Amino acid sequence: MASKLTRSNRAGWLMAFPGIGLIAAFIILPFFLAFAFSLTNQRLASPNPTEYVGFKNYRDLLGLAVFTLEPERDDAGNAVVEDGEIQYPRLRTFTRRNPDYPHLEGKREWFSWQSGENRTVVLASDVVFMKALVNTFTFVLVVAPVQAGIALGLALLINQKLRGISFFRAVYFMPVVVSIVIVSLLWKFIYSPGDGLLNNVLSGLTFGAFEPRDWLGDTSTALGSIIAMSIWQGVGFHMVIWLAGLQTISPTLYEAAEIEGSSKLQTFRYVTWPGLRNTAILILIVITMQAFALFAQIDIMTQGGPLDSTQVLVFQAVERGYGKQDISGGSTISVILFVIVLCISLIQRWLTRERN
Amino acid sequence: MALVTPDNSGLRLFTRYAVLVLVAVIFIFPLLFMAMSSLKPDQQLLADTNSLRAFLPVGDLSFNNYTDAFARAPIGVFVFNSVVITGVTVVLTLFVCSLAAFSFVFLDWKGRDVVFSILLATLIVPYETIFIPLLLMASQLPWIGAEGLEIGWLNTYRVQIIPFIADGLSIFLFVQYFKDLPRELIEASRVEGASWWTIYRKVVMPLSGPVIATAAILKFLFMYNQYLWPLMVVQAEEIRPVMIGLGYFTDQLNVPWGEVMAYLTIITVPVLAFYLSLQRVFIASVASTGVKG
Repeated sequence: MASKLTRSNRAGWLMAFPGIGLIAAFIILPFFLAFAFSLTNQRLASPNPTEYVGFKNYRDLLGLAVFTLEPERDDAGNAVVEDGEIQYPRLRTFTRRNPDYPHLEGKREWFSWQSGENRTVVLASDVVFMKALVNTFTFVLVVAPVQAGIALGLALLINQKLRGISFFRAVYFMPVVVSIVIVSLLWKFIYSPGDGLLNNVLSGLTFGAFEPRDWLGDTSTALGSIIAMSIWQGVGFHMVIWLAGLQTISPTLYEAAEIEGSSKLQTFRYVTWPGLRNTAILILIVITMQAFALFAQIDIMTQGGPLDSTQVLVFQAVERGYGKQDISGGSTISVILFVIVLCISLIQRWLTRERN
Repeated sequence: MALVTPDNSGLRLFTRYAVLVLVAVIFIFPLLFMAMSSLKPDQQLLADTNSLRAFLPVGDLSFNNYTDAFARAPIGVFVFNSVVITGVTVVLTLFVCSLAAFSFVFLDWKGRDVVFSILLATLIVPYETIFIPLLLMASQLPWIGAEGLEIGWLNTYRVQIIPFIADGLSIFLFVQYFKDLPRELIEASRVEGASWWTIYRKVVMPLSGPVIATAAILKFLFMYNQYLWPLMVVQAEEIRPVMIGLGYFTDQLNVPWGEVMAYLTIITVPVLAFYLSLQRVFIASVASTGVKG
């Protein structure tokens, strides 16, 4: 590599500089700024000087506490019951300026459960952020395996030798080139409540037995509807990567399997699947990274609603950083998101190293 | 090839095609619905959703939605902006990133390997995690324009172009491709006294058609479909790209669905036509992003 012919410091730097300089200025610098801003109270435009606040932003987002409420007791020490329900002191008497419970200050109820007479409450500094975190993980944990699985099915389907197969491949891939913005808007219409397209199709297929739903307006179906649409849009992309993986498997292996009289299922289990291992890891990682960045679907279809059931991290980061001009809050969410993505790609490194 | 058995006859063949067609219907129906609905008046569009008529060009068809859409929003301006932003970025990306990759592969300079590994590290930084600090940067960056020094990049073309010219993936794609070019060719030109710049222009780039197509297509799709970034940095109407122009239709109290479908068709069909005419290249491009693992 390092021959006299190619040694050239000046030309080398000169040619690489435009690219490297732009990446340094517009990717690496903002990346470090995100960390820096997350430790301050930086706003987009503010008359007050920016101050260092330490890890306050992280505490405000990630703060959690578990608290057990004991029932109100009458003079005899029995729990007070009204209308069949045990009465508890109000939570806010502990979370608002109560010097005995400084760690609960400003926290709100996230969820709770009953244990005997007591009620155990999980409190969060930022309930909306916690919901966003949970929803994002739910989205990723559902989308990654399901989308990868469907994409593999499609790749196997499209890897047949049939006349016109390239037409079908082109069609399956089509949603990938259409903007997620357009896809979201189309599906928002398809998911319309009452007389919407999907409701009508489902009721047609079941001869009227299907009850129309408000797909995006109902907390039990909103996130699921967005997941289904996201898979529809993205699956062609991963189908193509699977296909590239399938085509690296040597045809002689299939011939050998056929001579041995292996069934289709056995061929898949012992020939195809082992040959796809690295592709499988790669695809899961690619889908996971893309899934964590989910934003446009939420912005166009639900704005995080109903009742925060579709709040996600990037939407929250944008709502704070841009909507409320709270650069430090938005940056903190960005850093948290980055750390999650980093952990996942480290896991990938580790998994692929094991194999080799 | 995989899972192919010789008897492609009769019932088997039929079921195979039946499955293929059924799946194709799932992928095509929303787009078909979009195109057909763009030709129907709102009332009929909504009424048709309870039958197969939704996917057929039947009833009261006209281009009224298109003329109404053009009357409601400066669609020509949005399309022009998207073409300028996407076109300029793609061209600059191809130049800047191929030049950097050329330097990484063929030249030997101090710090090269360190810089390259930093570059690879940027591949795992999603744009979504840097947009917020980038927004603050963009609001305060200086620029020397026609009216002298000005501060702030918001509401400009440059804020939609310059941050996206160079990216790790584009450089990486070029590097992978250049590595497979015969080195003797470059060394021979060097011996003959050609400058690096000449070798880049006259020897390497003319051999790089496939990777140029790949990088161009990926950047094109990314830029044309950008949504979050222009949403944050662009308020002025005259520099809005097409995806942000959608707000003119969807922010209405009663969404004019016919016009929405017309607008969606206008901004989707050129891309789909481009894709269908070059589908092999498109699909190969996307597949090549998967090879980096």
